[in-house]
Amino acid sequence: MEDDAPVIYGLEFQARALTAQTAETDAIRFLVGTQSLKFDNQIHIIDFDDENNIINKSVLVHPAGEIWHISASPADKSVLTTCYNKTSESRVVTCAAVWRMPPEWESGSHESPDDSSNNPQTLELLCHLDNTAHGNMACVLWEPMGDGSRVISLADNHAVLWDLQESSTKAAVSSSATLEGKGQLKFTSGKWSPHHNCTQLATANDTAIRGWDLRSMSQIYCIENAHGQLVRDLDFNPNKQYYLASCGDDCKVKFWDVRNVNEPVKSLEEHSHWVWSVRYNHSHDQLLLTGSSDSRVILSNMVSISSEPFGHLVDDDDLSDGEDGHQEEKEPLQDSIIATYEEHEDSVYALEWSSADPWLFASLSYDGRLVINRVPRALKYRILL
Amino acid sequence: MDIDQGTSPATTPPDSDAQRKRKVHGMLKLYYGLNDEGKGSDQAESLDPCDINGPHFDPEVYLNKLRKECSLGELMDQESCMVKQIRSLDSDMQTLVYENYNKFISATDTIRKMKNDFKKMEDEMDCLSANMSAITEFSAKISGTLQDQHTQITKLSGVHTLLRKLQFLFELPARLNKCLELQAYAQAVSSHRRARCVLQQYSHMPSFRGIQDDCNAIMEQLAQQLRQKFRDGGSNAKDLSECVELLLQLDEPAEELCDKFLSHAQSRLESDLQGLEAELRDPVSPSKPATTETSAALKKGASSAAGSPTDASMHSGNPFLSGASKTDILEFIDRGCNEFVSNLCLVIASYQELFINRPQEGELASKNIPEMARGKLHAFVDALAVRYFSLVERRIQEEKGVGDNSLLVRALDRFHRRLQAVTKLLPGSSVPSQGTEIVVQAARERIKQYLSALQSFYLDSLTDVRQALAAPRLSMGGGTGGGGLLGGGTSGKDAPPNLPELLASFSASILNQIKSVLASVHLFTAKDITFSNKPYFKGEFCSQGVRESLVVSFIKFICQSSRQFCESTGDRGGSTPPALLLLLSRLCLDYETSTISYILTLTDEQFLVQHHSPVTAVTALCAEAREAAQKLLNHYVKVQGLIISQMLRKSVETRDWVNTIEPRNVRAVMKRVVEDTTSIDVQVGLLYEEGVRKAHSSDSSKRTFSVYSSSRQQVRYAPSYTPSAPMDTNLLSNIHKLFSERIDIFSPVEFNKVSVLTGIIKISLKTFLECVRLRTFGRYGLQQIQVDCHYLQMYLWRFVSDENLVHFLLDEIVGSAAHRCLDPAPMEQSVIEVICERG
Repeated sequence: MEDDAPVIYGLEFQARALTAQTAETDAIRFLVGTQSLKFDNQIHIIDFDDENNIINKSVLVHPAGEIWHISASPADKSVLTTCYNKTSESRVVTCAAVWRMPPEWESGSHESPDDSSNNPQTLELLCHLDNTAHGNMACVLWEPMGDGSRVISLADNHAVLWDLQESSTKAAVSSSATLEGKGQLKFTSGKWSPHHNCTQLATANDTAIRGWDLRSMSQIYCIENAHGQLVRDLDFNPNKQYYLASCGDDCKVKFWDVRNVNEPVKSLEEHSHWVWSVRYNHSHDQLLLTGSSDSRVILSNMVSISSEPFGHLVDDDDLSDGEDGHQEEKEPLQDSIIATYEEHEDSVYALEWSSADPWLFASLSYDGRLVINRVPRALKYRILL
Repeated sequence: MDIDQGTSPATTPPDSDAQRKRKVHGMLKLYYGLNDEGKGSDQAESLDPCDINGPHFDPEVYLNKLRKECSLGELMDQESCMVKQIRSLDSDMQTLVYENYNKFISATDTIRKMKNDFKKMEDEMDCLSANMSAITEFSAKISGTLQDQHTQITKLSGVHTLLRKLQFLFELPARLNKCLELQAYAQAVSSHRRARCVLQQYSHMPSFRGIQDDCNAIMEQLAQQLRQKFRDGGSNAKDLSECVELLLQLDEPAEELCDKFLSHAQSRLESDLQGLEAELRDPVSPSKPATTETSAALKKGASSAAGSPTDASMHSGNPFLSGASKTDILEFIDRGCNEFVSNLCLVIASYQELFINRPQEGELASKNIPEMARGKLHAFVDALAVRYFSLVERRIQEEKGVGDNSLLVRALDRFHRRLQAVTKLLPGSSVPSQGTEIVVQAARERIKQYLSALQSFYLDSLTDVRQALAAPRLSMGGGTGGGGLLGGGTSGKDAPPNLPELLASFSASILNQIKSVLASVHLFTAKDITFSNKPYFKGEFCSQGVRESLVVSFIKFICQSSRQFCESTGDRGGSTPPALLLLLSRLCLDYETSTISYILTLTDEQFLVQHHSPVTAVTALCAEAREAAQKLLNHYVKVQGLIISQMLRKSVETRDWVNTIEPRNVRAVMKRVVEDTTSIDVQVGLLYEEGVRKAHSSDSSKRTFSVYSSSRQQVRYAPSYTPSAPMDTNLLSNIHKLFSERIDIFSPVEFNKVSVLTGIIKISLKTFLECVRLRTFGRYGLQQIQVDCHYLQMYLWRFVSDENLVHFLLDEIVGSAAHRCLDPAPMEQSVIEVICERG
């Protein structure tokens, strides 16, 4: 039952942006966007061969600028969005665009991986998400499980819903909401809820978390002072519609029931610096990943507030004979930290579960190190059996 | 015979008259056949036929022998001797005969004389018997004649007695009336008792019936009067007892009497209770306000005069003193004791005297009055005691003020003591135990009140400290604070108020409060207090009550309330001033090191606690205190770190780093950071020890420069990096990371200044780093960061335990800024130094 060693991949540049290729459900594939002010930025396509524990990479050039955020279309494997910095006339503006990966990248990279750096293929621009009126883009969110035609962009204090038309070559604003209030309000991150028919959005600005109804583009709830300091990230529980997790600069991870915004359901304080990213496992929502600028990734098992608080529900009739003993020794798991991964040596800004293998995840630290890890087998079997 | 003597003249004394005489007697006896003596010797000689004195003497043998053996001369001698002896024997014989003959003759004369005398006596006796019979005859004759007169006399005397009795009866009503008038009830009752049976017996005769009726009427009246008297009850106990006795003799039912007596007593006692209740209701008893006030004033004066100075100061200075407008509890209890309890005792005593302890005689004994009476008494006492107790309880509950415990204890003592009287009077009553229960309850309540008083005192003191911390530091004496290199700049703003003094006074005032509370509580166990030897006060009160519920709870409360400062206000930095956190942390640490064990030892000594049940160990409390101290200090570091972080973050986020001008100065915010750090350093230094640093040489600042400038060089070379080797940009810092330990930013700190400062600086610089990484810099932006970092490193290294930490983080910041720079052209080191030196 020995767990496989983590697989480490080093990028040449610093990087903050990581996403799983959401539409790809067969191969384990992650997309990483680099940050470099001096060289052409790249998108690294990391293919992980689970059986042989080998990484295959392909590189696509992203000439527009350094990538701050990346997300892949849930419908079309080859479509993705990035938020990037554009420097012009000593002004730095963050823009967002929809891109298509050239169809040949796959074959080309496999044959000669070394050549890819020399002669990399370039992303094909589909359309810009025009943000001249909105300000700097913080992130772009695809409609979860949608047909890849709707995205939301968060820019400064605007949340804008876009319709992508004509095979994503044209983006039209369908509606927008503006955060009003004192001072310069800025969205730091957001998440499109997969529940309620994808009509809800949660955003973070400063220390508050806000929920929005996309049909009316109005605020539906607000968790003021969700964290003592900046909220860095949030994620919806994929199986429990009112539950979401958030993390922030107070080193805490908090779990909320949005029906009661006064008190968190639970609060964890395991990291010793800001927590930059939090992700629920897509299928087993007791598994939670957090990445922090203390260079650690922590995998926690939050059984008590998961959709399976008493473990996997098994029909007793099916297991009536012969498996009683097995049944008994399977006590309900306690909320606990499963593992702390210390392979990174710089702040971990992004991490992501694989869309193909629910037991596998990648984390990315600022120095460009991508680490692919698995859930420990003991726990995996415990959850499954 | 004498031959023997002759043969042995030497051995036998020659003349012993008595012996001779006896020998003669022996001979005679022998002669007369009375040979009851000297048998042995006779037998020895008896067989010798030559023994002239033996019975078997044979003259022939003897003669022959003599003839054969002796010479003529000898024979002649023998013969003459023999003749001589025969002659003496002969004369003896004659003398004897003569003597006996004389005696015989005189005896015969006497007998003859007697014969004559008896004859004469016989005649006289005959004469006497004849006379006696004549006398008897005469006497019988006389008796016969006097018989009739005698019977007549006897009859007459009987009639006389009867007549006297009748006279008594006839006079009875009048006599009774007279007795009634004179109130000689006892006489009346005894008279009546004497006549009662007779009257009863002869009641069928009309005349007697009349008398009986009269008597009954009178007695009824008398009974009425007695009852009246009994009811009035004003008379003294003796009268009352007499009254009851008489009534009992009058066949009054004892039960009724008991009831009446008790109900009468009840009404009196109830009025006492009502008086108490009224006092309870009104602040000042309306019946005697003047006396109450004066006595209260007197008491107050006495106590403040007699009591110790601390006592007096507690009176005046204690914030929890109740407004003492109403009568104090001692007075109340006094009144209760003097009026109710003593009356109750009187009632019990007289009741027992009347109904229970009286020697019972006759018919009354059979009714088993004591049993019934005792039952009634118990019920009566219990009922009243319950009411009294409820009043006392109410009064005790009103005793909220914890200022002067001695009053309460004295009151309770008096209350308890007076109840002992009841125990003596009424053994087996539940009243005293209930009273003890009340005392115990009051003591428990008291402990609770003291705990809450301590808690509120603690919170109040905390508020005072808070205010002292917030107050403008005008009153700051001497130059205790504001030291350090930037003293001029800091003293006005963030210079710590006199923290050690504040801590000392805070901790001392709490300790004093604990001590005074302990002293107050200790009164409960004083030797002269009657209830102090009850098992509760010996055991549970000391261990569970004072030690656990009071002292341990209070210490726990301190720890807990301290911890709450970390939790409730944790998120936004909160309203808790950091200095307060620091102060509390030090307080908890002091508690851990000494105060807790001191307090507990003090308690154990004062109360001689014998732990029957498990009690909280000192170590557990200390651990709790330490934990609280650690949490507070961690929180302090966090809060201070966040304050500085916030400044840094704002300064990085709000600036346009691309289009900034060439740096001429260190940014003000950096100066502010250094100032704040310095003042924190001073603040922490006031309460915590310096702590250990990693050793560094005296020229450490120089050395750091060199390390620092090497990283500078790396930045300088940055533009020349080739795309083929982009990893090299990070090489140096990566190598550094490889060999240095991972830095935990928000990690627990140790209890010393260096560790605290290290924690704060770590948090601040890490924030700086993360913020820089989110920005894009122009050339001058980078240079400004360089200048700022150099400035920081000039001043911050001295605060931390390991200066390399600062260097590493600052290197990271500059490195990151260089990475995020569009035009990375670093500034010359010398220029940086000049700018920084300029300030």
